Amino acid sequence: MSEHVVQSPLPGIFYTKPSPEQPPFVEVGSVVAADTVVGLVEVMKQFAEVKAGVNGTVKEIHAENEGVIGPGDRILTVEEG
Amino acid sequence: MRKLLVANRGEIAVRVIRAARELGIGTVAVYSEADQDALHVKLADERVLIGPPAASRSYLNMDVIVTAAVDLGADAVHPGYGFLSERAEFAEKVAAARLTFVGPSAETIRLMGDKARARSAAEAAGVPTVPGSNGPVDGLAEALAEAEQAGYPVAVKAAAGGGGRGIRVVADAAELTEALPVARAEAQAAFGSGLVYIERFVPNARHIEVQVFGDGQNFVHLGERECSMQRRRQKVIEEAGAPGLPEDVRTAMTEAAVALAKVSGYSGAGTVEFLYDPARGEFYFIEMNTRIQVEHPVTEMVTGRDLVREQLTVASGAPLSFAQSDVEFRGHAIEVRLNAENPDFGFMPSPGAITSMRMPGGPFVRVDSGFGPGSEVSPFYDSLLAKIVVWADSRPAAVARMARTLDEVEIEGVVTTAGFLRRVTDVAEFREGRYHTTFLEDWIAGGAGK
Repeated sequence: MSEHVVQSPLPGIFYTKPSPEQPPFVEVGSVVAADTVVGLVEVMKQFAEVKAGVNGTVKEIHAENEGVIGPGDRILTVEEG
Repeated sequence: MRKLLVANRGEIAVRVIRAARELGIGTVAVYSEADQDALHVKLADERVLIGPPAASRSYLNMDVIVTAAVDLGADAVHPGYGFLSERAEFAEKVAAARLTFVGPSAETIRLMGDKARARSAAEAAGVPTVPGSNGPVDGLAEALAEAEQAGYPVAVKAAAGGGGRGIRVVADAAELTEALPVARAEAQAAFGSGLVYIERFVPNARHIEVQVFGDGQNFVHLGERECSMQRRRQKVIEEAGAPGLPEDVRTAMTEAAVALAKVSGYSGAGTVEFLYDPARGEFYFIEMNTRIQVEHPVTEMVTGRDLVREQLTVASGAPLSFAQSDVEFRGHAIEVRLNAENPDFGFMPSPGAITSMRMPGGPFVRVDSGFGPGSEVSPFYDSLLAKIVVWADSRPAAVARMARTLDEVEIEGVVTTAGFLRRVTDVAEFREGRYHTTFLEDWIAGGAGK
């Protein structure tokens, strides 16, 4: 099976959850569709949704919640299928 | 006050440091790892690193900031705007460390930060509020009765909504009957609560605010500001005073703002925001901001008074340095917010390194900025690059001067809104001073902003 690495489209702060009190968008093992939101990148107080891009299962999460992220940085890996 | 810690960044930190220096007060800048080379850090007498780039771990970290103030021997903290400026808990922590908080008391911040309590305080001071149900409505009969009382059109608003989300406007009872269950279901889905309330909807509403100042004993206003030129509820252009505002409305509005400052025993700079209905000639209280505003320079330009210096002297325990009768208004001032955003791509943020930056000059032109050539516009904070403020003896002359200054702006390395703002200065509605809070978005949506 092939793997898809979701990358950050923008520089900013990465968030794994919609808000601090809510559960994460996805966890390792979550089944995702191409349009599933897997995280948010905050750039200059605007929030951009990051989508899985492919159908599959989340295999690994690389980016840390509230961590600094750059364009092209790895967010998570999805095992396609 | 001998040493002031400035708990902010960017242009407002620079603005506060300048005022402190002119008073002979020492300054301490705080900065995150992303701001090591920032202008506010360079201009301060001392500086202290408070954490990583994410604001939640630096500029919003109350304990680290208060500890830094104590460790460096500061005796006062200025919060600027945004970040911790309206967090009552921060004002309490500053006071608990035996430092002076430059702003009103934690109690006042808490009162004005609570929508329902602030509205009650306004009503107690005789300040008009938007007619409506003043709380969730139970069932259609109550909704219809409240709407009748408020006067159509009315907005059905989600109690748990905010920032313009979860609002439906209805023109009459039939539309309300149809919309109420839908609005409830939508509110439940979007905000986890189906509670809705009813409020009069004001078409073509203007956002006009009044600058107030208090020292706990004396309360004054410094006139109004027109802030209706907005995009996504963010102010884009501000003016002092409000074009075409009838004199009797101006008097009533400024008196109402002072009355509210008085009932809350206000100390420091504050702004009372109003919604103005030009068709009815009525105004309603929206909220009170218990801090210095981004757009305070337009008020400084028409009154000749340094509001940040006044904040510092009042916080030091001095009485207001002027009385209401001393406040005189001269000419007209306009401010634009120059942002690092790309107007051609939905105002997408444009972080990066500024390779060159030429800002305008000439008579009665003021530029407040935290950036210069070589500065890094980081993705971690807001997109405000600079505020350009002009004054002239009349509004038409001020508009012409603003257009001229925008022509002089030349910034390379990041995309800015300079060209967009320049086009706005040519629009008839702006030139003639007849615009309202949804004008700019309609204009952009019509493709005219390109």
